[in-house]
Amino acid sequence: MLTEFGSILVFFLLGIVFVAGGLIGSWILRPHRPYPEKLAPYECGEEPVGNAWVRFNVRFYVIALIFLIFEVEVVFLFPWALVYKEMGMVAFLEMAVFLAILIVGYVYVWAKGDLDWDKPRPEVPVVSQVAPTMTASRTEHVPA
Amino acid sequence: MQELLKSFLGDNALVYIIMGVPPLIFILLYALVTLYMEMKVSAHIQDRVAYMRTGWHGVLQPFADILKLIQKEDIIPAQADKLLFTLAPYLVFTGTYAGFAAIPFSEGYIGSNINLGVFYIVAASSIVVAGLLMSGWASNNKWSLLGAMRSAAQIVSYEIPSALAILVAVMITGSLNLNDVSKFQEGGLFNWVVFGGPLPLLQKLAIIPFTATAFFILLTAGIAEANRTPFDLPEAESELVQGFNTEYSGMKFAIFYVAEYANMFLVSAVAVCLFLGGWQSPFGSALSGPIWGVFWIVIKGMAFVFFQIWLRWTLPRLRVDQLMYVSWKVMTPMLFVCVFAVGLILVL
Repeated sequence: MLTEFGSILVFFLLGIVFVAGGLIGSWILRPHRPYPEKLAPYECGEEPVGNAWVRFNVRFYVIALIFLIFEVEVVFLFPWALVYKEMGMVAFLEMAVFLAILIVGYVYVWAKGDLDWDKPRPEVPVVSQVAPTMTASRTEHVPA
Repeated sequence: MQELLKSFLGDNALVYIIMGVPPLIFILLYALVTLYMEMKVSAHIQDRVAYMRTGWHGVLQPFADILKLIQKEDIIPAQADKLLFTLAPYLVFTGTYAGFAAIPFSEGYIGSNINLGVFYIVAASSIVVAGLLMSGWASNNKWSLLGAMRSAAQIVSYEIPSALAILVAVMITGSLNLNDVSKFQEGGLFNWVVFGGPLPLLQKLAIIPFTATAFFILLTAGIAEANRTPFDLPEAESELVQGFNTEYSGMKFAIFYVAEYANMFLVSAVAVCLFLGGWQSPFGSALSGPIWGVFWIVIKGMAFVFFQIWLRWTLPRLRVDQLMYVSWKVMTPMLFVCVFAVGLILVL
């Protein structure tokens, strides 16, 4: 009746039903006595400082981007691996070219330092603190 | 098993529901056993005795823990995003449990006999990442957010090595369906993919170093994906309290816990099916059959669960940069070499 993907849908539904059953079951049994201190975010007993929805490091974003590239590549590799033994040398050469292109990208990412978690401290360009006045800039540009 | 059920009940929805239930029962029993095992193994490694008072050697302690967690008040912080906060345990558990659909527990039982098999498991377990991120973000707690970000970066990074290691096994077996992969490794210990599978002897000898490396990396990446020590940075209790589940209490916390244990078995079972013969007996046709199949896959899986608990008390936790270094700069290049080498050996 159901296809094999239908059985997978059944698994998802059973998972949801199990979690819902557990939560509803405990909702009936457990006490409900909230008060403001109990509902405060846990910060090791201190009063919470500010909001937790802060900005986080851009590194996580870079890792996600690299992951995306590699994951797509792995998705392409799986059909190849399935027919590998039937196709033989042709499949090997085809994939050698594909992987070679990918490895060039990998080496580039490595050389650029995007795979390093510890980044060198960014060099902030030093600029003069005092804004040049109109007269000063005018006199500078006047040829001697 | 599906045919057998259909002959009794006819072709209706009940058959499919019954087909889905055994993994769920297995997860619950297994979680109880592992809860007990983790405490006892941890204690004995550290020369302690752990629970001794609830029942014989504390065997009733896991039941007591479950009872306590069911009765415990469930706190949703006032500033949390309530919808996402409640949704996260559903995603984490369902993603892990759905992965069990493609694990063959025996020749006759597989939840869903799809030809995508292990590919589907990798996809389904990615849902867990979304659940973890959701829980960390919705908690509105600094520890949770940092834990969730670390966890996502870690799982995502280790998915590349594990997918490439799976690729090595798939090249040899030529199938993604874990039941077919297990059937392929018929004929005892030395026909397992970790020993090169049923290939001619010369090819086998050449391929063993690469399949063994791939197996080792798959196992390590699996431990990282299950957020276990030495890769338990998301829950590093000395830095982040409890990581993404700091704000969770009661039943929701219990569900995160069960999902983590289930994930430990899932990664072990995938490694076992791909490299160690799945439900195949190590003695060839001796001690094999549908019931022995269940025994073998559970024993092999539990051996690796034990291994993960053992590692927890053997290795110190890594730093975040070391974690990324291992994944991107050690495992990935090693696996590129493995894929090339295995490809070359299979063609020649």
